[in-house]
Amino acid sequence: MDRPIRVVVAKPGLDGHDRGAKVVARALRDAGMEVIYTGLRQTPEQIVEAVIQEDADCLAMSILSGAHNHLFPKVVNMLKERGVEDVLVVGGGVIPEDDIPGLLEAGIAAIFTPGTPTSLTIDFITQNIKK
Amino acid sequence: MFDKQKAAEIKAAAEKWDNGVKSKLERQPERKLTFRTSSGMEIKRMYTPADIEGMDFNADLSNPAQYPYTRGVQPTMYRGRFWTMRQYAGFATAEESNNRYKYLLEQGQTGLSVAFDLPTQIGYDSDHDLSEGEVGKVGVAIDSLKDMETLFDGIPLDKVTTSMTINAPAAVLLAMYIAVAEKQGVSAEQLSGTIQNDILKEYIARGTYIFPVVPSMRLITNIFEYCSKSVPKWNTISISGYHIREAGSTAAQEVAFTLADGIAYVEAAIKAGLDVDDFAPRLSFFFNAHNDLLEEVSKYRAARRLWAKIMKERFQAKDPKSMMLRFHTQTGGSTLTAQQPDNNIIRVTIQTLAAVMGGTQSLHTNSKDEALALPTEDAVRVALRTQQIVAYESGVTETVDPLAGSYYVEAMTNDIEARAMEYINKIDDIGGAVKAIERGYIQKEIQDSAYKYQMEIESNERIVVGMNKFQIQEGSPKGLLRVDPAVGELQKQKLETLRNERDNNKVNAALEALKKAAQTDENLMPFIIDAVRTYATLGEICGILREVFGEYQQSVIL
Repeated sequence: MDRPIRVVVAKPGLDGHDRGAKVVARALRDAGMEVIYTGLRQTPEQIVEAVIQEDADCLAMSILSGAHNHLFPKVVNMLKERGVEDVLVVGGGVIPEDDIPGLLEAGIAAIFTPGTPTSLTIDFITQNIKK
Repeated sequence: MFDKQKAAEIKAAAEKWDNGVKSKLERQPERKLTFRTSSGMEIKRMYTPADIEGMDFNADLSNPAQYPYTRGVQPTMYRGRFWTMRQYAGFATAEESNNRYKYLLEQGQTGLSVAFDLPTQIGYDSDHDLSEGEVGKVGVAIDSLKDMETLFDGIPLDKVTTSMTINAPAAVLLAMYIAVAEKQGVSAEQLSGTIQNDILKEYIARGTYIFPVVPSMRLITNIFEYCSKSVPKWNTISISGYHIREAGSTAAQEVAFTLADGIAYVEAAIKAGLDVDDFAPRLSFFFNAHNDLLEEVSKYRAARRLWAKIMKERFQAKDPKSMMLRFHTQTGGSTLTAQQPDNNIIRVTIQTLAAVMGGTQSLHTNSKDEALALPTEDAVRVALRTQQIVAYESGVTETVDPLAGSYYVEAMTNDIEARAMEYINKIDDIGGAVKAIERGYIQKEIQDSAYKYQMEIESNERIVVGMNKFQIQEGSPKGLLRVDPAVGELQKQKLETLRNERDNNKVNAALEALKKAAQTDENLMPFIIDAVRTYATLGEICGILREVFGEYQQSVIL
């Protein structure tokens, strides 16, 4: 497969902190990936739709409001319901370490917390995409 | 501030000195090839009077509380009284937040600052679909006047000043505050506090917008007009650079985009028929405090001088109060690290010094654990103590504008002002802040700075202690504050009870009247106050306005 990795960067929930999402989006793009950024306040339905429409290899979601335990698994489940099993899902934001095992179990492949270099995120995505 | 000949002599001597130093650099190199402020401004090896050549003491600095207010807006500053120590707080239910406020007041805090949860900030009730998972998370959930009564239970509103971080639905929360006061027997004239009410920076950086630009600006000018007559001690807006900086701007961009927004509000109010001196004295500002101490102090000084000039020269304000930039400061959330969180206490201390030496009117200090979660009570106490130590023990409070006259600080104050002015001119060319936001110009400038900053960290050009240098192996942090997920259910139940108990005919009539008024040019404040008194919910009121006004569509720019 020669086409560049396609990533949907999404902000689920109501929080407006998109500095991290935008910096990551740009770093992924500079690393040669094709990046689609959804903008703020996306419902799980909208995000799943974007992943399918864009034929994405990876979905990267960012939440800083504390709603991650509710919203991340909800998106993963909806992807499954729509038969999408081959998209790598990662998350980032202000997420307490205690919450991470539960999120991994729910099907988020990795959680990147504050201070993570973008190079680490890029490497993770490159090495773990499923398509 | 020196005569021409003297200045030329000093300049020549400084150049000679610098050349002497340079000749030895090969043997004794400096740590870096170029030195820059956190915002990327190049810093010289040393500063002399030659760097502030042409500065005029009276025109550029003057004395405290004198135009152009570079040195501060009060004649005695902290010799009179300290800044207001105001910790931004709120989470879960009104009951829990009320307890936190009482705790903070007992600990010597001097003003309240209310954090609302995201559904409240975006005008949704707790039982709305989009509220799921968000209720009570980043602030307190307020659905109706009932919650507001609980929030301020036992807190006399004529004795405290309250700042509310609320923007798109600011009119509704202010109306609820006025209604709670009424029930306490406190008249609107006695109320003192601030609503953020700054929608432009929501479009730029913070994201809790609801309505499109035009009706949003109308709501804001409605508030200006209403308060100038009925709530005269209320700060009707807090024009905020804080979130612009958090989104990644430089210090100069923070000043530039904040004041550009300020210009847009003043223009909107004048266009709506208000006299500049009727509303401008109640405009207030909100800035960030980052770690680059001297750059930050210069930033506040530059902002004060530039705003004074704008108000006097551009808007022909006559009342000195219209020209005085009063501001709240919050220490920089984005400067905190999740790694070795204790180090954040030191960062907050530096930032506190910056805000205080820059002449802030009030201050929120972040807690050390805020890169991880909402702050615990213990962490908040340390943050408040940091302010108290700077106030009572550091000595920087004992004279006004203590860094004035530093060649470096004055040169940097000039530099930031000039850079900010350049941006404001550019924004004027685009057609003003609203146009610049709609085009994504301001957002793009901020994003570019944010990306540059991140890349500097990743290349280790910029060191953040504990994050990309001096790291240690750490266990996971203990004792973080967690909001009980049951809060969402609790709020839903409260809403159900409310909808059953209130007089729904009255509610509907008030909402209908609001809808009609929204379709005309009438001031909406009286209608909103009437509606909250009937216990119409925030979501119902904003729902009506959404019907009439529509919703803002974000322009997504990468």
